[in-house]
Amino acid sequence: MAQGILVIAEQRRGVLSPVTQELIGAARAIKNDVGGAVSVAIIARDPASLAEGARLDGVDEVLLLPVTADEFQPDLHVAAAMQAVSERDPSLILAPHSVDGWGYAAALAVQADAGFATDVFAIQVDAGEVTAVRGAYGERAHALLEFPGRDRVLLALRPSAFPAAEGAADSTVTELSVPETAARSRHLEFIDPPSEGGVDIPGAEFILSIGRGVGEEDNVEEFAELAEQMQAVLGCSRPIADAGWLPKARQVGYSGKTASSCKLYLALGISGSVQHLAGMKHVENIIAVNSDANAGIFNVARYGVVGDMFEVSKELRQHFE
Amino acid sequence: MKILVPVKQAALVEDDFELRDDGRDVDPDFVDLQLNEWDDYSLETALQLKESHDGIEVVAVTVGDDDAEDALRTCLAKGADRAIRVWDDELGDADPVVIARVLAAVAQRETPDLVLAGTQSSDLGFSATGVAMATFMGWPHAAVVVALDYSPGAATATVERELEGGLRQRLEIDCPAVLTIQLGINTPRYASLRGIKQARSLPVEELTPEDLGLEAQDVGEQACGARVRKMYLPEKGQAEMIEGTPAQQAERIAAIVKEVMGG
Repeated sequence: MAQGILVIAEQRRGVLSPVTQELIGAARAIKNDVGGAVSVAIIARDPASLAEGARLDGVDEVLLLPVTADEFQPDLHVAAAMQAVSERDPSLILAPHSVDGWGYAAALAVQADAGFATDVFAIQVDAGEVTAVRGAYGERAHALLEFPGRDRVLLALRPSAFPAAEGAADSTVTELSVPETAARSRHLEFIDPPSEGGVDIPGAEFILSIGRGVGEEDNVEEFAELAEQMQAVLGCSRPIADAGWLPKARQVGYSGKTASSCKLYLALGISGSVQHLAGMKHVENIIAVNSDANAGIFNVARYGVVGDMFEVSKELRQHFE
Repeated sequence: MKILVPVKQAALVEDDFELRDDGRDVDPDFVDLQLNEWDDYSLETALQLKESHDGIEVVAVTVGDDDAEDALRTCLAKGADRAIRVWDDELGDADPVVIARVLAAVAQRETPDLVLAGTQSSDLGFSATGVAMATFMGWPHAAVVVALDYSPGAATATVERELEGGLRQRLEIDCPAVLTIQLGINTPRYASLRGIKQARSLPVEELTPEDLGLEAQDVGEQACGARVRKMYLPEKGQAEMIEGTPAQQAERIAAIVKEVMGG
């Protein structure tokens, strides 16, 4: 019978991604309730070089799975993960709900014939039964998922939702051999984001950010002026950057920038998608202005204004002349 | 050459809503339906390929009940050549794994040269269906694609995936392949009035899982990756709501700004 937890580590450019520690933290928290050992699978060309970063509190065993690619490649990744699954027979597999996770978790779930949920931000274990919580309808509802009849479940965990594991451990390290697998795609290069043009979202202490509520491109200018008057750095949500109304360097969120140094975040006309919240929900002082009283942004804001961002903006300017 | 575009009629939940009596989903009375935002981009990718090369057929497919037909009509109005809808009531609880299995069966029947899916859906956001579909088909796949360089008939395509923090990965992938398309890859067109009118009279092929050679155990609840036990409303955050006229609200915001930032 399947037992234990298998964590699939993530690496890029020879460094373990921070989400790996979160997966280990999640595994450690439920380890006793699930039963069995916690194994961490490192899939890389030279997995041994990354082993130390996974030997963390709660990890019994680090599995080294060497593959023939430097960077994430779905065919090799799934073949390697399947090797670990068949050798350790875990009842629970934890993968990241990251961009690379989107590229393989569903494939692994199908191949391992496992119960499957993505974007999970809470795990419960009750008398050995695993259930998972995820969002639905833009976080307006939460869904509790169960996996009836499954002796193996794969959960892809939302980044930044679980506390990272800390503290080194004396985990054993075992190398497994991965069956020869054809890689049907080939990494060519990474393309770093274009130069920021002086825009520094991660370094900004005060960010005034605009979203879909701005309506049209011609309206962007007045908020750029407002930001300047308020001595804030102008940020935006994805749709504004995708439309080309503001450069990508100003986009806050999962695929954009993280407001790392921000003390005050003024969100105007931003509904608060999961992707946007990932870049700013940690900020201590969030003021949200939105016409929709049920917008998700109000769930993370410290102060909320249900109203018209244009009217509020017009009034605000008079205070910062 | 044929491009298959799997689409979803996504649910947009209204501001105030109630849950269904069984508590396992939102009451459909509080839901508006529209073509999944991501699928607008994957369809546009297919249509742009069709316009720049001769002899490309774009086929939109969805797994959904009668209400999902509108999504296909939208695709036809924008320029898809054909549309297929697969449904049976036993699919009522279908999750991405089951949907992917059905879509893979459609692909087996249609034998496309390329599948362009959306990276995720705007309602449930699993980010799973396209990659699961590729796995059932045994095809190569790449997820979160924001640039595509592909010539019909070529053995490979070059794509860029959008990674975290604005980083991109350029890679080469063997074709045929399933690509999941991310927002921002293009600017989706609006359907013209003429297109909308014409789409009304175009046929939508209707199939059941059985027509595709799938059996009840392939698509029923036991085949799903997960089952929703219940839905509930998230706890509201503790935001302090600033009431009053816009002038009063702005005054309070200004005071908070000055307090936090100093000066």
